[in-house]
Amino acid sequence: MSQKRHERRTEEAAEGDDEGDAPHQQARWYDGDRYEPLLDEKSTDTVTVESSLPDDLTREELTLPDLSEPEVTRHYTRLSQMNYGIDSGPIPLGSCTMKYNPAFTEDVAAHPGNRVHPLRTDEDKQGILGLLYELQETLATVGGMDAVTLQPPAGAAGEFTGIQVAKAYHEANGEGERSEVIVPESAHGTNFASAAMAGYDVVELPSNEDGRVAVDALEAAAGEDTALLMLTNPNTLGLFERDITEIADIVHEAGGLLYYDGANLNSLLGKARPGDMGFDVMHFNLHKTFATPHGGGGPGQGPIGVSADLAPFLPTPQVREADGGYETYEPDHSIGRVHEFMGNWLVLVKAYAYILRHGDVGLERISETAVLNANYLAERIEYEVPYGPFHHEFVASADEDAADVAKAMLDHGVHPPTTKWPEIVDEALMTEPTETESKARLDDLAAAFNAVAATDPEDLAAAPNETTARRIDQADAARNPRLSWHALDDT
Amino acid sequence: MPYVTHSEAERSEMLDTVGVSDPDALFDIPDSVRFDGDYGIEAHSERETRAAVEGLLDESPDLTEFLGGGHYDHYVPSVVDHLSLRGEFLTSYTQYQPEITQGFLQALFEFQSLVVELTGLGVANCSVYDRATALGEAVLLADRVRATDGDTVLIPADLPDRVRSVLDNYTDGPEITVETYPTSGGTVDVDGLADQIGADTSLVYAATPNARGVLEPDLAAVGDLADDNDALFCVGSDAVALALLESPAAYGADVVVGDAGVLGLPTTYGMGLGLFACREDFLRQVPGRLVGAGEDDAGNRAYTLTLQTREQHIRRERATSNICTNQAWLALRAAIHAAWLGPDGLVDLAEECVTGIAAACERIDALDGFTAPVYDGHHFREALIDTAAPAADVVDHCRHAGLAVRAVEDAGEERLAVCVTDTNQESVDDLVDALAGYGGGA
Repeated sequence: MSQKRHERRTEEAAEGDDEGDAPHQQARWYDGDRYEPLLDEKSTDTVTVESSLPDDLTREELTLPDLSEPEVTRHYTRLSQMNYGIDSGPIPLGSCTMKYNPAFTEDVAAHPGNRVHPLRTDEDKQGILGLLYELQETLATVGGMDAVTLQPPAGAAGEFTGIQVAKAYHEANGEGERSEVIVPESAHGTNFASAAMAGYDVVELPSNEDGRVAVDALEAAAGEDTALLMLTNPNTLGLFERDITEIADIVHEAGGLLYYDGANLNSLLGKARPGDMGFDVMHFNLHKTFATPHGGGGPGQGPIGVSADLAPFLPTPQVREADGGYETYEPDHSIGRVHEFMGNWLVLVKAYAYILRHGDVGLERISETAVLNANYLAERIEYEVPYGPFHHEFVASADEDAADVAKAMLDHGVHPPTTKWPEIVDEALMTEPTETESKARLDDLAAAFNAVAATDPEDLAAAPNETTARRIDQADAARNPRLSWHALDDT
Repeated sequence: MPYVTHSEAERSEMLDTVGVSDPDALFDIPDSVRFDGDYGIEAHSERETRAAVEGLLDESPDLTEFLGGGHYDHYVPSVVDHLSLRGEFLTSYTQYQPEITQGFLQALFEFQSLVVELTGLGVANCSVYDRATALGEAVLLADRVRATDGDTVLIPADLPDRVRSVLDNYTDGPEITVETYPTSGGTVDVDGLADQIGADTSLVYAATPNARGVLEPDLAAVGDLADDNDALFCVGSDAVALALLESPAAYGADVVVGDAGVLGLPTTYGMGLGLFACREDFLRQVPGRLVGAGEDDAGNRAYTLTLQTREQHIRRERATSNICTNQAWLALRAAIHAAWLGPDGLVDLAEECVTGIAAACERIDALDGFTAPVYDGHHFREALIDTAAPAADVVDHCRHAGLAVRAVEDAGEERLAVCVTDTNQESVDDLVDALAGYGGGA
């Protein structure tokens, strides 16, 4: 019976496509000839500061918005209606893994047991330490790693932490003079930036014709200066680096270490583990693979896993079992801290709940479906996908300006893919639908791609027309930076 | 599976379209690195999962905390949860497509504006991770903008070890030297700083309130010293304290860092919201995301991420920072909290942080065996207390009464640290009662 009902719904969705209805329309709030005014335009008050403190310590006055609770509520409700999230529709941004965020994890995060101060004694935070321990052990298993720190507060922070750990390891072995980190040209921008922040020279590695690491180029690049090779696998084209064992051997023989960028881990659950491929250190993006909400840009969390040799260098504190409970400890050669406390605790809680909810079978099904969805969507779109076989994401090549394609897709009620990157593909449309999009939504997405592919280039350049704002002149915004309402007053 | 919605019929149809009979055939992974084991994790229903995780969390006892030390608790009004948890906000991505994310961009623009108002500086970004990483970014900024003879950063002797440790990691790559300057009487020793500062100093850092909870009485003198030596002056504070205190720009701050999570974020095991503001002429050296106002094709005001050529996804190894994911959702929450409080409410909350700890210290000081506070000067939220009995014993004694306080090492002494805010103020009676029973037999 449920099957029958399901088919009817699908038909309705298909009919909607025929009529050209966008599945999601953006709200547009006007107030006179303006959008929702800024807080300070709605109501502002200047108060004279009166304090028990002496005058020379305090400010004379403070000017800030002053709204009643009903008006605060309306302001942010209106703003939310001018915003598109995964709860609104698909966000197939490649490498971003924007999947549905289960509602129940917010309730778990709201549990009073989360309201614990980090400076309590170990004895008084056993609940927290228990969860940290369980999650770190689970991630170690998923990554095929020997030890995990949960501390880094984002993926890029995880990269920086992993590089610092690798550096400390090399220094402890008398190899501190290793000065280079090798990064493939198609890698995430954070890889380059994190390596540079840790003081390394970045050596860019070209791809070969099939879109993978050029092994001969790696052989030429790897040597006594090599500290680390950073790699994401599958890579940003969605391709598995088939030569990974050979790549690992080359780097290891040169005395370097292998770093796994976990941004694309959503394609490997139950299928392969970075540790088994020869990676020595990796980060996990809990806000990607384990579905914690991106919150408009963060918070995320970027735990790192390492092999046993690197474990003594992990950040402090680590958590271990002790006397039927848990305790914190400082690893012997710890690099110290990368966050004042334990990063974004609530992200850890939500990720742990998500993993527990799925179990082995569910986690493997995530990756299988993510890969199936990407392959299905790619089959349904008319743009060429030059590289394959791809996994959870693919990079299509637009015939027109990819940025224009993206803007035109907005008018079809969906979020477009990542555009113009990686540069190895002309006018790239880097697309990752994730496992949580239904067939009907994938068909919507394909319809949006194909409608745009059939649109006149002039009309593409004029898009979007159905969104909260029309196309925004980004170059002008950068030339004439106005970054607060104070700057608006000046003009 | 809970969030995968394909029916069997749809799945078959999709597999047919793709041309395989099993999704496993889509994985182009050599057998040698295939994982054929199990993770050993059982699946749970939603109800079971909640029971399991919440059961684990319940292992921590319910205590009244007077902890502080960099993570502070204020009452967060219900409206913050209700609005920030709206799915359009919570489940959105970084605003790479500004035409469909105007709401979040405007909220972040408003957050930046609040920080500009509180700091008096020209530019604020829309967050870094926490106050420690914000200080790390400030030091890296100084390294880029200051052509000094050397790369020495001066930090106060009372900077918490946890923050110092983060700073050490940030300064390791560019080989910046971090040195401490002395404090005396619980605050910056300006003469000691004057002896130490020199042509090789790129940045001087001071916090108010400082790590001892004391409001620094003369940061203008620190600013002058920094200025005289062509070093940047970086002030550490937080979004509540700044509502009451003199604007840092007014006494010469070039950069302000700290925690804005004192708004919108209750105690959550140390989660933070890194605040970062600086002078406008450093605009192109700012780390992290910036939201700017501009215009759309229809001539209406619109918001967008801007000056992205500073960032890692464009500039790669020459980016101003590696930060990508930040704390945007917490910035939204802080802004909602601030808007709800209004200037009056925010100043009142800050004033409570002054009067609350002062009143608690007065009562504790009146007890036998306690000197509260140790240091003269005005305090904010927290203070150090001398105890006749060993501080660790006092901590244990309070713990038996269900109260969490800390013992800290300060100036070679074991001292008690107490933090009082609006959320534990009504339990100060209990704390005073507990301490009254433990004057110690000194």
